[in-house]
Amino acid sequence: MALHAQERTGLVDLFARMSLIRAFEQRVSSLYRASEIPGFIHTSLGQEAVAVGVCAALRDDDWIATTHRGHGHCLAKGADVDGAMAELFGKATGLCKGKGGSMHIADPRKGILGANAIVGASLPLAVGAALSCRMLGSDQVSVAFFGDGAVNQGAFHESINLAAIWRLPVLFVCEDNGYAEFTDSSTMSRRESVSALGSAYGIAAAAVDGNDVEAVLAAAQDSVDACRSGEGPFLLEARTYRWQGHYEGDPQNYKPTEEAEAWLARDPLLLARSRIEAGGLAVADELDAIVRDTEDRVQRAEEFARSSPFPAVEQVFTDVHAD
Amino acid sequence: MSTLTERQAVRYMDAVREGIAAEMRADSTVCLLGIDVGSSGGIFAVTRGLYEEFGAERVRDTPISEMAFVGAAVGAAATGLRPIVELMFMDFVGVCFDALLNQASKLRYMTGGLLEFPLVVRTQTGAGRSSGAQHSQSLEAIVAHIPGLKVVMPATVEDAYALMRASIRDNNPVVYIENRRLYGRRGYLPADEEPLPIGQARIARSGRDVTVVAWSRMVEVSLQAAETLAAEGVDAEVIDLRSLVPMDIETVVGSVSRTRRAVVVHEAVVPFGAGAEVAARITEEAFGRLHAHVGRIGAPPVPMPFSPPLEEACIPEAAAIAIGVRKTMAAS
Repeated sequence: MALHAQERTGLVDLFARMSLIRAFEQRVSSLYRASEIPGFIHTSLGQEAVAVGVCAALRDDDWIATTHRGHGHCLAKGADVDGAMAELFGKATGLCKGKGGSMHIADPRKGILGANAIVGASLPLAVGAALSCRMLGSDQVSVAFFGDGAVNQGAFHESINLAAIWRLPVLFVCEDNGYAEFTDSSTMSRRESVSALGSAYGIAAAAVDGNDVEAVLAAAQDSVDACRSGEGPFLLEARTYRWQGHYEGDPQNYKPTEEAEAWLARDPLLLARSRIEAGGLAVADELDAIVRDTEDRVQRAEEFARSSPFPAVEQVFTDVHAD
Repeated sequence: MSTLTERQAVRYMDAVREGIAAEMRADSTVCLLGIDVGSSGGIFAVTRGLYEEFGAERVRDTPISEMAFVGAAVGAAATGLRPIVELMFMDFVGVCFDALLNQASKLRYMTGGLLEFPLVVRTQTGAGRSSGAQHSQSLEAIVAHIPGLKVVMPATVEDAYALMRASIRDNNPVVYIENRRLYGRRGYLPADEEPLPIGQARIARSGRDVTVVAWSRMVEVSLQAAETLAAEGVDAEVIDLRSLVPMDIETVVGSVSRTRRAVVVHEAVVPFGAGAEVAARITEEAFGRLHAHVGRIGAPPVPMPFSPPLEEACIPEAAAIAIGVRKTMAAS
């Protein structure tokens, strides 16, 4: 992908990365509705700034574990776009040979332990990855992405407590998009905020505007640096909004129209674009070119996925056990 | 801790510990996690001495948070460590089942083989001590039913050691199930330094008339029953399956092809138990050679009672096994 203004500023680069996720998710949404992608799809449209801001603070060898809504995190961490799209199609050329699909997309070569279809499962896995980092003597960190719904799982409590007592280099990132599946999260807990829970576990925590990619990056960089220097774990709450339903096809009759419109006006790409243009970091044409490039990239990925073969039936029996 | 020398008689629980210690000495990525496994040496003292030898980084006491620490062991296994995680009683698998059911067992497959999980979940079962229904269950069938896990159940001191070493070296998640009523049994560590391959059954007693298939503590109970039966002129062959997954069905079928009769014995409840799987496999592979249907002996389908006489009535003992074998003999 040509990042025309990458050398000028980080924000333009962040915009480009968000554009890629936006283009990917929009295309996946269309393809799913056209019955070209099997299974379930949960898009992260509207939440791009969290994935990009956090992953921009990470190194290639840092670990992430994510959720059923994980396409954006994987792309932001460097997953190959062709391989990601082919995985969603269930093709042999997918990142996981078509055996994982949307909810299980992974690429450990890029530090991606994977999306996970069990709400809250990313937290203990990330704690374990951080334990490896610690015990193997590296300064890698791990990140657990999870939603506001997962905060009500026991795994949240147990994992943060375990990471806290062992002072592990884990960044717990709660993407608070306001809804736990179909349910308004504020009706399912009396806590003031997710970040307010940090003090209960004796760990540092912060809340950030999850639609402001620069703010997310700044907060993530501070907390990743702290984790890397042995001052983890850290809890980061990023408030954002899920533009689409829990899954593709969700009628979303539970969302107030004015609420959705207000958040659309706070589109993380629009916010970044206006800041870029106001700051003279790039002009509209350049940003439009970036968007076209990302759309072209996704188009090529779609063609790659379409033209790839399905796995041979013999693949049913491979990869169950290691040798 | 002192290193045990070859051919020194040790207890089953010592063999478990020595197996762990041997692999921890050989490989710095092997670590142990669990409740009270560290400085206090574990509630059954199985891990006593490991903390002193290997230190608090590698022998980690955890909070009572199985969901977090078993789950973390899965994540650690995927990222470079070879964790052994202790689940104090197998009954507690209920609070952390996701780590086995949906994570450790499946993530290798779902990532097309990109991730590996060299993980040992060591746990123990063993009814007969009035531990109550939540501390007495033999739940091997539950984990054996999940593709992607291996399930090891050593019956002897020698196997406890050799199979622990093999389980730690295995690149798959292995559920290693001890029986606490075997902890005090004495025997010898194997002279052979090579770990035993997982998936090889052992003929614990040769016999001509009937094959008794058992694992874990039921092997020694079946051997006792075989002595009773021998006095009656019934010569039973006893097979120690050693692991349910992978299952060495060839050894079982080879035996049944000679004896033409089979009885499966386990401590778990009978319905939907691993005995049903063994019986089905025998039927599939040796139906024409059977003189009688495959018998099953195990606990009745009730929560394990607390009161000693009630509990005793639920655990297969030698007399019950002998009765079951006689029925099979009479049916043919």
